[in-house]
Amino acid sequence: MDLKDKLLTSHIAFEDHLKADSPLHDLRSNALKVFEEKGFPSKKEENWKYTSLNSVLKEDYSFSPKGESVIEFKDVKKYFLHNVDTYKIVFIDGVYSSFLSETTHDNIDVCLLSSALDKSKYKPVIEAYFNKAAKKDGLTQLNTAFTKEGAFIHIPKNKEADKPIEIIYFSTGNEAAMFLQPRNLVVADENAHVQIIERHQSLSSNAVLTNAVTEIFADKRAMVDYYKIQNDVLSASLVDSTYVEQQRDSICSVHTFSFGGQITRNNLQFKQLGEHCDSILNGITIIGDKQHVDHNTLVHHIAENCESHQDYKGIFDDSSTGVFNGKVYVEKEAQKLDAFQQNNNILISDKATINAKPQLEIFADDVKCSHGCTIGQMDSEALFYMRSRGIGEKEAKALLMYAFANNVLESVKIPELKSRINKLIANKIGVSLGFEL
Amino acid sequence: MLQIKNLHASVEDKAILNGINLEVNAGEIHAIMGPNGAGKSTLASVIAGKDEYEMTKGEILLDHEDITELDPEERAHKGIFMSFQYPISIPGVSTTNFIKTAINETRKSRGEADMPASEMLKLIKEKAELLDIDRKFLSRSLNEGFSGGEKKRNEIFQMAMLEPKIAILDETDSGLDIDALKVVANGVNKLKNKDNAVVVITHYQRLLDYIVPDFVHVLMDGKIVKSGTKELAYKLEEKGYDWIKEELV
Ligand SMILES: Nc1ncnc2c1ncn2[C@@H]1O[C@H](COP(=O)(O)OP(=O)(O)O)[C@@H](O)[C@H]1O
Ligand SMILES: [Mg+2]
Repeated sequence: MDLKDKLLTSHIAFEDHLKADSPLHDLRSNALKVFEEKGFPSKKEENWKYTSLNSVLKEDYSFSPKGESVIEFKDVKKYFLHNVDTYKIVFIDGVYSSFLSETTHDNIDVCLLSSALDKSKYKPVIEAYFNKAAKKDGLTQLNTAFTKEGAFIHIPKNKEADKPIEIIYFSTGNEAAMFLQPRNLVVADENAHVQIIERHQSLSSNAVLTNAVTEIFADKRAMVDYYKIQNDVLSASLVDSTYVEQQRDSICSVHTFSFGGQITRNNLQFKQLGEHCDSILNGITIIGDKQHVDHNTLVHHIAENCESHQDYKGIFDDSSTGVFNGKVYVEKEAQKLDAFQQNNNILISDKATINAKPQLEIFADDVKCSHGCTIGQMDSEALFYMRSRGIGEKEAKALLMYAFANNVLESVKIPELKSRINKLIANKIGVSLGFEL
Repeated sequence: MLQIKNLHASVEDKAILNGINLEVNAGEIHAIMGPNGAGKSTLASVIAGKDEYEMTKGEILLDHEDITELDPEERAHKGIFMSFQYPISIPGVSTTNFIKTAINETRKSRGEADMPASEMLKLIKEKAELLDIDRKFLSRSLNEGFSGGEKKRNEIFQMAMLEPKIAILDETDSGLDIDALKVVANGVNKLKNKDNAVVVITHYQRLLDYIVPDFVHVLMDGKIVKSGTKELAYKLEEKGYDWIKEELV
């Protein structure tokens, strides 16, 4: 039985475990139908031309862990932020770990999606938002069909999350191969502020495939900063779909740091529904080996006087492959728009490749849209400059790569996260910089 | 100190340097002048070890040791410094961090420990004052958004920090106004002593009023066609290069 059939047959058993009157029952069945019809994406689809999931779909995955797995904090400490207090929503093989988590219901809700789905208190929020932004594609709806657990974050009007929120999904490898489908829902009401960091981390060398879906809703004047750290082991693959809907005067940013994993596909879609929205999509990709990272972005401009900024940098070594497919869609009502898109890549090795495809579809006439895409080798003039000052080739390259990626980090608002990413970059490049970051 | 013997260099099979001979001793200041495209920057880059240029013939000796097989950083560690005609910028790396890295890498190559932070700070302060550079300026990204003159001053600041044996200054005067030129020249003169040497590449004798050369060489078509003293620079300023061409034929 292939993975699709296995999933379809397991759905009945999945629903049996849930309450019969679950409000999501219809939603789940409909979602399953979508998946049944569309299935997994294939390279024939324009949007998946350069990314094939075939190699990872072949594994014999288990969908839920047989027993409960325990991990000790000291073993996973390094995956958390240090020197900064955070809320934590932590899952082990898809199951919530209260031991590793620190949630709250004090003014704001930082908790589990499963409890939000269960409690009548959250019903209005769930009904208003759940699966409302998510696209009706096969993978997203597969996630909806199996939605059970994930992070639920609700920041009410005029409230500010008093510390950043870390969402971490660990997989232990206690099962031979694991297929995980976490689902996050973030709702920031009017003038609410929140910062979120998400990461998926496998703790073994067994195969893991994660099909994650996150929906983010920012009401008027809300500010949401979302950071994704993708630094997983080589046996882990990730399809991460994130849907952001913004109301007027809101500012949302999503930073994606892709350093690890075997195949990583990021679907990131922004929809601006009100005037004066600002959307920021930034990414740094540094990969080698046979790693593959695909950024598929869409900014959908519907209202006037809005802005969007996309800045993606990629450094590709060995036989790694990258894809950047960035689309800006401007409706004819979306006048006085400022849309900026930049994608710069460095290929360190002859065998590395990048496929970059910026797409602008503009139906408004009074707009400022710019896009640029570069693919280059390391700047040899700059390299010579540094070496002539006594900096060794390896160190000089590191400094150049650091400099290349650096301006994307400018917009990271959590200092501890910024220095953490800086260190990850230095680490990834394989050298220590000659100064403290 | 530096001996260049019959140096030929080419890029993509195009010969640029056609047999250069030059000897620079400790304590000396040399000026190299010549029309655009003569090969002045190429000569400087070949000495500094730029691998884009292929040395087809000749020798470059530093303190009697052949350095032609050495990497640029190894040459820098031995005391060669080149101030770039067009310094590059590195966004995201401050001048301070850059020069710290350069100094500590040089020390590492000599088996020395990193320079203590307090000592580094003192040195930076001292050299910044010497060149009349605002310290705030040094915390900005290296050369990013700097004016031509600021870049050149930054080059000399780095030279002051690295204290090279031999400094080759490629058109350091271009982009500098007269006040900045005086500051830079003054800095170079203060750093000059009997154990080091300076090679100034320039278009104009203007700079040579402030950094007074012991020898002046004229480089044309990849060759040193004439050498003399400071007076030669005046003559070039007055008459241009044509009379030398005529002399040659
Ligand atoms: N990297 C290069 N590729 C091709 N031609 C070059 C390169 N570098 C220098 N040249 C050529 O060599 C000649 C000398 O250049 P250069 O050394 O910059 O002269 P100068 O500094 O005296 O003005 C010029 O004709 C220039 O076009
Ligand atoms: Mg030149």
